[in-house]
Amino acid sequence: MKHIRTINSGALKASINKPGCKECANSCQSACKTSATVANLACENK
Amino acid sequence: MKIHKYKQCDLNVVIDVNSGAIHIVDDIVYDILDFVDDNQVNEEIIIKGLGFKYSKEAINEGIKEIKTLIEEKMLFTDDPYKEMIANDKSKSFIKAMCLNIAHDCNLRCKYCFADEGDYHGTKQLMSFEVGKKAIDFVIKNSGPRKNIEVDLFGGEPLMNFEVVKQIMEYAKEEGKIHNKNIRFTITTNATLLNDENMEYINENMGNVVLSIDGRKSVTDKIRVRRDGSGIHDIILPKIKKMVSMRNEGKQYYVRGTFTRENLDFYEDVMALAEEGFKEISIEPVVLDDDHPLSLRKEDLGVIFEQYDKLTEEMIKREKQGRGFKFYHFNIDLNGGPCVYKRISGCGAGHEYVAVTPEGDIYPCHQFVGKEEFKLGTVFQGEIDKELENQFKNGHIYNKPKCMDCWARFYCSGGCQANNYNFNKDIHIPYEVGCEMMKKRVECAIVLKAKLMEE
Repeated sequence: MKHIRTINSGALKASINKPGCKECANSCQSACKTSATVANLACENK
Repeated sequence: MKIHKYKQCDLNVVIDVNSGAIHIVDDIVYDILDFVDDNQVNEEIIIKGLGFKYSKEAINEGIKEIKTLIEEKMLFTDDPYKEMIANDKSKSFIKAMCLNIAHDCNLRCKYCFADEGDYHGTKQLMSFEVGKKAIDFVIKNSGPRKNIEVDLFGGEPLMNFEVVKQIMEYAKEEGKIHNKNIRFTITTNATLLNDENMEYINENMGNVVLSIDGRKSVTDKIRVRRDGSGIHDIILPKIKKMVSMRNEGKQYYVRGTFTRENLDFYEDVMALAEEGFKEISIEPVVLDDDHPLSLRKEDLGVIFEQYDKLTEEMIKREKQGRGFKFYHFNIDLNGGPCVYKRISGCGAGHEYVAVTPEGDIYPCHQFVGKEEFKLGTVFQGEIDKELENQFKNGHIYNKPKCMDCWARFYCSGGCQANNYNFNKDIHIPYEVGCEMMKKRVECAIVLKAKLMEE
């Protein structure tokens, strides 16, 4: 494409095929800990 | 809201909210998108609106590319997840626990949400007996989950370090028996670190969170002893030593909090970077508007400038080979957690709980002391199901404001405690927090995009 460069083609939607194992770390956003955005987390089931 | 677009660092970024696709576009496409409503592309209206600026040929090229992305479901896609969560009747399992090892602290930090460590109650240290019951509780309630996180928290947990060690040794044994991978994190103000406890921490903790607010002038003003004296010069060498012990695979974070006193927190991040720290977090304080240190709506402009400046500096340093990580900008664009995690929120109250020195269980450390949120005790061994369900259902699809927000899959609905503290309802997001979160996500994406150009 001439006008558009896609840097992510939709990892979120693709992740629907993952098992949703819920083994990933907890994501806390409060300021007293390292407040994580959920997008910071690593997937435990790559 | 199906797309979000913004300009930063000479980039035009377009995010397709529901698919997670991210595009860097030129000015023509960026402007054309102003005329695309949902996925309705009307060439005539676009040419009429932009003909004064671009040639008809260039506009048609741009439109063609937009249409291709719509067809390939990377632009203006619908939300395919709502039904999935509505039909999710699966049971929650508790897999993370904050152990409030000490409801006491040797510091009097001026922004402390825990009211000088005692959480508005009595000063108390957790006994081994309560800690043991808490470990039993989380193992029992973790069901099929293999990974369990335990945060050793306070107050100041090093004020009760012997019990920390006892609990950890017990947890390690029980983890083996029950086939659980228990990861430990300790959060400390660093004042009580010494050679002995640093060695134990380094050996046993997956992560260590070390508090310092950045510049000496800022830390010494806010993070003070009972007599009001500053601690910067005491803790900096200790933090450096602790960090130097953390080898590959052993995490640490040097973290601070910014307040109205240091809205120029970019300088604090830089001060920590100059000390050689590579894993840095400086986070916004959360306090009621009438607190002198609170961040208010009118501060957002200055705060955003700081995040912009930080993004630019991080790009520059990374290219020079002397980069560092800023926790809030760590976004894995091509990976990260799956959508199931992103729509389920922080987990407080149904996957995550906090335990007080008395053994009381709350949805998280921020709810400690709010009696109406008490979920039970470690001695009972289970939690209030009704309250647990309220938290489980406190996800983005039950938060109308989140459903209008482009950042919902990056943030997953904000902090339930902040939402409650500001709006008396976990479903109504804390607005100032939302604005900062959105800004940080924008910066994080631009940082990644710029570094991908190399």
